[in-house]
Amino acid sequence: MGLKRRHLIGLEDATHEEIETYLNTAESFKTIFDRKIKKVPALRGRTVVNLFFENSTRTRTSFELAAKRLSADVINFSVSTSSVAKGETLIDTARTIEALESDMIVVRHSCSGVPLLLSKTLKSGIVNAGDGMHEHPTQGLLDLFTIREKKKKIKGLKIVMVGDIAHSRVARSNIYGMTKMGADLTLVAPPTLLPKDIDKLGVKVSHDLRDAVKGADVVYMLRIQLERQKRNLFPSIREFSVLYGMDEEKLKLANKGALVMHPGPMNRGVEISSEVADSEQSVINEQVTNGIAVRMAVLYLLAGGETNEIATLSGQGN
Amino acid sequence: MKLLLSAGRVIDPVNKINAVLDILIENGKIVKVAKDIKEKNAKVVDLKGKVVVPGLIDMHVHLREPGFEYKENIASGVRSAVAGGFTSVACMPNTEPVMDNTAVVEYVISKGKKANLANVYPIAAVSKGAKGEEISDIGMLLKSGAVALTDDAAPLMNAEVMRRAFEYIKQFKAPIITHCEDKNMTLDGVMNESFNSTVLGLRGMASVAESFMVYRNIAIANYMGAAVHIAHVSCKESVEVIRWAKKQKMPVTAETAPHYFTLTDDEVKTYDTNTKMNPPLRGAEDVKAIKAGLKDGTLDCIASDHAPHGRIDKELEYNYAAFGIVGLETMVALTLTELVDKKILTLEQFVEKLSVMPAKILGLNKGSLSVGADADITVLDLEKEYKVDISKFESKSKNSPFNGRAVKGAAYMTIVGGEIKMKEGEIL
Repeated sequence: MGLKRRHLIGLEDATHEEIETYLNTAESFKTIFDRKIKKVPALRGRTVVNLFFENSTRTRTSFELAAKRLSADVINFSVSTSSVAKGETLIDTARTIEALESDMIVVRHSCSGVPLLLSKTLKSGIVNAGDGMHEHPTQGLLDLFTIREKKKKIKGLKIVMVGDIAHSRVARSNIYGMTKMGADLTLVAPPTLLPKDIDKLGVKVSHDLRDAVKGADVVYMLRIQLERQKRNLFPSIREFSVLYGMDEEKLKLANKGALVMHPGPMNRGVEISSEVADSEQSVINEQVTNGIAVRMAVLYLLAGGETNEIATLSGQGN
Repeated sequence: MKLLLSAGRVIDPVNKINAVLDILIENGKIVKVAKDIKEKNAKVVDLKGKVVVPGLIDMHVHLREPGFEYKENIASGVRSAVAGGFTSVACMPNTEPVMDNTAVVEYVISKGKKANLANVYPIAAVSKGAKGEEISDIGMLLKSGAVALTDDAAPLMNAEVMRRAFEYIKQFKAPIITHCEDKNMTLDGVMNESFNSTVLGLRGMASVAESFMVYRNIAIANYMGAAVHIAHVSCKESVEVIRWAKKQKMPVTAETAPHYFTLTDDEVKTYDTNTKMNPPLRGAEDVKAIKAGLKDGTLDCIASDHAPHGRIDKELEYNYAAFGIVGLETMVALTLTELVDKKILTLEQFVEKLSVMPAKILGLNKGSLSVGADADITVLDLEKEYKVDISKFESKSKNSPFNGRAVKGAAYMTIVGGEIKMKEGEIL
């Protein structure tokens, strides 16, 4: 099984079948992690550029490790000032990067739409590593992977996602991914942190965390940017924490063994209490590990790889 | 030099004319409008099958000079105007320096005269430095040739300043043109707030931030008994407010732009920065309301909001790209295609929206083909079918979302002051 696409911009247009392919491929790659030599020659001779317009050590490191485990050459390129400030256009900047003869470009940007624009202009395959408030598809996939690994299924699970949906690219990618995989998804947030007409995406919406969390199989907490308070999106950190923070008492209302997830970094004591973050139910660290396997799968598949060839690859060691 | 426009279908709503007639022009004025004029010494232009209307006026353009000549200057702006069929344009004051003083007004007028294509009428800033704090020298600006005042460069957020501006301008009988937007509500917004903004992850600008400012500005103008003209109406609620205000006989007029009756915010899905303008493209219901508002007269005119930008302004992240699109060379075609050909407006209404009303609002002695009037005349070819091609624009800038769009109808000839300035796309 392979993919027909060269770019991963978002999960909005991904099919159920494609998502299965990503997850199955990631599963195969994850088996390598237990070996002494955690490397396969799948992308030997290819160049992956991590083009980060926005600082993110976690995501960049995860992509870097994924590409290295596939034996690709990796270049990290951080662009701290905007193109405008330098007197050139975004397209100028991107063309300069591509002149390094990259095969794939992993793009992170604080502005929505940049990966899509680059995919239309450049020859390289584009992987979206998070764009503005739009999408963060590899985060969505690694979350699905983690849920499937722990719960052995996604279809029919009751998932609640809590917090700043409005500004979250993680939320958007997960909404597409989870609903396409048949989960029953409820978003919990104050109206000020829900974007317009979000219910049209096939999710339920609630403003009552205690009520929504009842019977949940997965509790997904989003990071709240503390500066949102200054724009009156919630009255105080304290009120947000009381109404929309996850603590042990609220977690008890969920199903026994419900997973607690968070894309990181956490604000301990704000959206999630330390007790919950460090509990047995928390899979937050596993999400990070799974991120590498999922990103390996994404790079491999977009480069034209086939899932059923991985066994042969990993047999070769390196 | 006499010019005889022969056998075109003449449409002049002011004089209630809609017939195949000849027009004789002498010394820049219309001297005769009649059937089969015989005139030996005139240059005859055969306009059989064409439509002859009073010169079109675009009352909302940005010519960028002084200050941003890489986007457009007055010379290129008026080339774009006559190419698009416009005999007159009124230009906005968000130049550098801001057109809030008589020196810039006079500079713009002199550049317009020197370019000698379309007439150029400056609209000056209603507040000093367009800062919205103190009213500008309104009397002197009008005396130096400004035809109106506006806060288009930066909406007047302070209602007290707005009140004083309306109160003060009453003595001069000129309108204030307002860009209705509550800047606090639209902070960092780049597109219409809608399901599309949710999916695209772009910060929205709610239509209510426009419509309640439309109400505020009409209410203040009405209280003061001064005329207000609402610029580029984009949403349903604004149309409803204006319709209501007109029923109450409040002193309001309003314009919209072709993109607001042609496109919706679905266009933003590509993140093409040529879909970014302010006010933003709205939803299908809004497009419907704009068309209804044009049809029933709630919206008096159509203006392009011609806003040229260079590649450095547009080939950027959607968030960082400049607002605005060029429009002088697509407005006639889009209006004919979307409104006249689809029977939403009659040709008479087309002339009212693009000539009669802009002239009336700005106090210009234009907008008709009366004997004695300036010979500003636009000739239309209603049958021409083609695709918009930005590479053929006379404007310095090519930032249009309409490239490649199929349209029907074009300006065939532009005559300003009795001189043919454009014929079949060629500037003379």
